[in-house]
Amino acid sequence: MIWEGKKAPTLEGRHFIDALDFSPAEYDALFSLAERIKSAPAEFSSACSGKVMATLFYEPSTRTRLSFEAAMLRLGGKVLTVADPRTSSVAKGESLADTIRTVGNYADLIVLRHPKEGAAKLAALYSPVPLINGGDGAREHPTQTLTDLFTIVTYKGRLENITVAFCGDLRYGRTVHSLIKALARYPGTRFILISPEELRLPDHVKEEVLALRKDVEFHETTRMEEGLEGADVLYMTRIQKERFFNEEDYLKLRDAYVLTSEKLKLAEEDLIVMHPLPRVTEISYEVDEDKRAVYFQQARLGMFVRMALIARLLGVA
Amino acid sequence: MLKVDRIQVGIVLDHIRAGNGLRIFEELGLAGREYPVALLMNVPSTKMGRKDMIKVSGALDLDLTKLALLDAGITVNYIEGGQVVRKVKPGLPERVVGLIRCKNPRCITSTESYSPSIFILVDREEKRYKCFYCGEYVRV
Repeated sequence: MIWEGKKAPTLEGRHFIDALDFSPAEYDALFSLAERIKSAPAEFSSACSGKVMATLFYEPSTRTRLSFEAAMLRLGGKVLTVADPRTSSVAKGESLADTIRTVGNYADLIVLRHPKEGAAKLAALYSPVPLINGGDGAREHPTQTLTDLFTIVTYKGRLENITVAFCGDLRYGRTVHSLIKALARYPGTRFILISPEELRLPDHVKEEVLALRKDVEFHETTRMEEGLEGADVLYMTRIQKERFFNEEDYLKLRDAYVLTSEKLKLAEEDLIVMHPLPRVTEISYEVDEDKRAVYFQQARLGMFVRMALIARLLGVA
Repeated sequence: MLKVDRIQVGIVLDHIRAGNGLRIFEELGLAGREYPVALLMNVPSTKMGRKDMIKVSGALDLDLTKLALLDAGITVNYIEGGQVVRKVKPGLPERVVGLIRCKNPRCITSTESYSPSIFILVDREEKRYKCFYCGEYVRV
């Protein structure tokens, strides 16, 4: 660990809005804590006793919400949830700022998911307690990035000198944007970008990555078979229906890439296949039996790393 | 021609594109000030044909950070003892609050209208800014 021998960086009281809010050293410290929690969960089962976390979800996401809630409950804390804004004062026209200021009186920590880009940044300006971005539009999903990085560390033992192939919706896939930027801070990173022309990685993301590190390599292709060669990680994504303005465009691209056992034969034996879930058609069920498929373990690791994040923001571990 | 007295201490904003003076006058909030201010419009100019000018007497501490965004050709003359002591071509500010609106329909500022618009300079040469909230780029 980079910070080994020194005091672990403190995250107490901070917001987590963007994947780049934390330095690689701070990530390292979080992963170290997540590993400790994973190995000995009982030791942390009352770490957040007496603490309350509010989850405000302005768009549906059972998975992320449950992961956060499971994380808090396993730390011994309590959870307040607004899973459907139609049932809250938002329906009466309350602004996001007012909601955040009010909820900040009840909770020690807020997790926000919102369909608008930059919602978490705005909310953080008004939040009296640490605020975690649980996803804002097509922009950022930093705790998925934490999950992804922790998964790579767990399975590959490193974040340096990694070749990651991203496949599917690279235009609207916020998990992809966040992960690419976070990985670009480590030396020797190489990206293989597999997508249809319509869903290529936006130029602004590439520019941001190159601003972080000039020697990052990008290889773009429309052929999945080509992208599998030499990759350490294959990161599959769903073509997201909710990001399209019309159904016709969505249907045209939905089945563009499907990972099968046959295609996986082209990949390295020590490749890992990741997916932020939910999966639709992009990974055949037969692939689940392959030892390289780690996406369900990835979801589990996500809960542990969220436990570490909550504990650190609240200053209890 | 109109004649406005020379000022002893203050600021003269020169080379304002003709017709743009009133907007700059308003953006700088000069209407509510107690010291003498003159807005001159359509002043004959050898270089520009016509230009606008603003003379502010008795103040050297105006917030001029937005000027380059409002009119790229402006010259700021600082006057002391009736003489120009410094001429400045204002550069683009690092951070702009309230002047640019984000055009991204998915940006949170499109629905939460009370939120202050904030843009951060990312490329001075290309005159490119980035929305603080959603990251959308805009050229000024």
